[in-house]
Amino acid sequence: MPAADHTTLMSGLPAPREPEPSASDPAMAVTIIRPSRSWFDWRLKQLWRYRDLISLFVWRDFVSVYKQTILGPAWHVIRPLITTLIFTVVFSRLAGLSTDGAPPFLFYMVGNVVWAYFANSLDNTSKTFTANSSLLGKVYFHRLVIPVSMVISNLIAFGIQFGILLVVMVIYALSGVSLHPTALVLLTPILLVILAGYALGGGIVVCALTTRYRDLSYLVTFGVQLLMYLTPVIYPLSAVPVRYRWAAQLNPLSPVFEGFRVGFLGVGTVTIEQLAWSFVIMAAVLSAGTMLFTRVERTFMDTV
Amino acid sequence: MSTAISIEHVSKVYRLGTIQGATLGDDLVRWWAKVRHKPDPQLIVGPHARRTGSQFWALDDVSFDVRGGEVLGLVGRNGAGKSTLLKILSQVTAPSSGQITFRGRIASLLEVGTGFHPDLTGRENIFLNGAILGMTKAEIRRKLDEIVAFSECADFIDTPVKRYSSGMYVRLAFAVAAHLEPEILIVDEVLAVGDAQFQDKCLGKMQAVSRGGRTVLFVSHNMGAVRRLCSRVVLLDGGRVSSIGEPGHVIEAYLGGGAQSAGLWRRESPIPQSTGIYFSEISLTNNRGAITNTLASTEPFNINLSVEVPTHARPAQISIRITNQQGIAVFTTANTDVDKRLLSVPKGRHWYSVTIPGDFLGPGRYTTLVGATIPGVVSFDVVEALAFTIEDMGSHATALRDGRMGIVTPLLHWTGGAGDNRGVRQTDSLAVAFEALLAT
Repeated sequence: MPAADHTTLMSGLPAPREPEPSASDPAMAVTIIRPSRSWFDWRLKQLWRYRDLISLFVWRDFVSVYKQTILGPAWHVIRPLITTLIFTVVFSRLAGLSTDGAPPFLFYMVGNVVWAYFANSLDNTSKTFTANSSLLGKVYFHRLVIPVSMVISNLIAFGIQFGILLVVMVIYALSGVSLHPTALVLLTPILLVILAGYALGGGIVVCALTTRYRDLSYLVTFGVQLLMYLTPVIYPLSAVPVRYRWAAQLNPLSPVFEGFRVGFLGVGTVTIEQLAWSFVIMAAVLSAGTMLFTRVERTFMDTV
Repeated sequence: MSTAISIEHVSKVYRLGTIQGATLGDDLVRWWAKVRHKPDPQLIVGPHARRTGSQFWALDDVSFDVRGGEVLGLVGRNGAGKSTLLKILSQVTAPSSGQITFRGRIASLLEVGTGFHPDLTGRENIFLNGAILGMTKAEIRRKLDEIVAFSECADFIDTPVKRYSSGMYVRLAFAVAAHLEPEILIVDEVLAVGDAQFQDKCLGKMQAVSRGGRTVLFVSHNMGAVRRLCSRVVLLDGGRVSSIGEPGHVIEAYLGGGAQSAGLWRRESPIPQSTGIYFSEISLTNNRGAITNTLASTEPFNINLSVEVPTHARPAQISIRITNQQGIAVFTTANTDVDKRLLSVPKGRHWYSVTIPGDFLGPGRYTTLVGATIPGVVSFDVVEALAFTIEDMGSHATALRDGRMGIVTPLLHWTGGAGDNRGVRQTDSLAVAFEALLAT
């Protein structure tokens, strides 16, 4: 095209290029900014497009905690061991609570490590807006990226702690204590997904509500503590009096903890119906959380 | 030319003071009252009942289009709504009403280096920052070399950014954002940081972006840069579009000031009759006579004082002190400067005016302090009233972006120069004479 060449020569610069709009290119998609968004406009496709950012956030958390300091990873090791030790002394030795026949230390450690994952993830996700307000106040990306990456980040800490649990189990086995892991060990990924779903769903519900009710965050810290005692974390489901057991079984977190113990220690009971129940409630909590989150994410910057 | 961004009737209201129902307790009490059909116990009654009184309209029915491929300037005083509009455009917050439609990706340089983590290396932060701005890992990997080269930080790319100088930090951050290749780029005052060479590079990148058919929204207080770079300018004032069009015209309107510009101070509280002399009005006027507190660096302006002497004539010195943003007194001038003695000010109202030359005060914010005193004896009235801004009009002091030092930027008369060797000849003849003396 001689004409185009001519323009190029005249200005000494490439001729202006009209950006070619194409429907398939996500970068050229039309965006409409409106005052409010529907409860169900979750934009999960967009969240998926930000998967690289999620992985980078997870990796950033990992690097900043584990690479630069010695105390960071050590803390993850020391804390569950000490808590477990205290639980063992208080609940098993002093209070004489049942552990379904499993070695008390292992019993409490499973409960502890799994609960710590849930509680920490919930705590982190519930602080999404307040802890990241400087970042969220400057750029837009799908707001769920942060809570999702936090739940995944916490999996790393969980992995480390769970690794220690396995080491302790091996030590027990070598010293002659008979352990009975069952095939339900294979359920671990599903149990983790359910637990992560509760932490994420619950966390973003709290996160959305605290933009309106600041005082709720104190209630949540207390509530999570209370929830630990209402859930068979430090006691087996079988220790709950038969009269109240239906109530304990209604607690959708119960099957998760029982499931972990059945799998790794061979004690406790869990049925597929219970797991399904837990999963359904998790999906409901997660949906409710996403709905609330979707409603507040666009204006929270004005109030935080 | 196609429309890149269409802004239609956008408003943004902020509630001032307490946020409605800030605690769960309050809302529960309110709900319980509603259930029992009782009046809301937390309803504010009386003079403060009007909710509208506590609302602040940061943007009030703003509409304009940004054409594809243009560099549109957005100017306005602090609080005019520029930042709010940019926040809505970058989807950090939602508008209260109205709608914005745009095609493609908006990259905002509202704050460069967002999400930088001090413990991570430059390279790691490029990935993190790039992803925050909406790039995929593959995209960043492809542009990594280019970004590193642009940032001029290649030697330190594997060093944690906490060890970077602030200049390097900004360069790296800008490099990431500049390579995002968005369809729409928002540039907000980032050019104020970094050294002159890097600023030039950034401006060049901005122009390249717009030449590539992309759209740039340029927000700045630097009128010289706005005039040089923008094809059209929008002036926001009090949350409304007060002027839109070609740069010269809009910048003129901006500097001319609207009714809301505070270039005027009037004494509101009554003053005791015993006060010998007091100021009743102080104003700033540009060289076209308009009252404004936004002045062009290249043009002279006047400080005008109205002085009242209520009872009887008194000797007094009327003085003005200009202080810059760092709190340094730039200069003091007084009505006694010519006669070098105190003059008596008779009873009645008097008007004083002093002209501050153009090309003297550098761009920035200043405050005035005016006083009526008998130096060392009595201070009748001292008023620290007006703050004003000197806007950079591409003056001699900033044209080369040489980062010159000093608190004033006077344009002084230079003599001599290329071709004038009078001074040299004198020295030469002296040396010749000296040598001749030695030779004898």
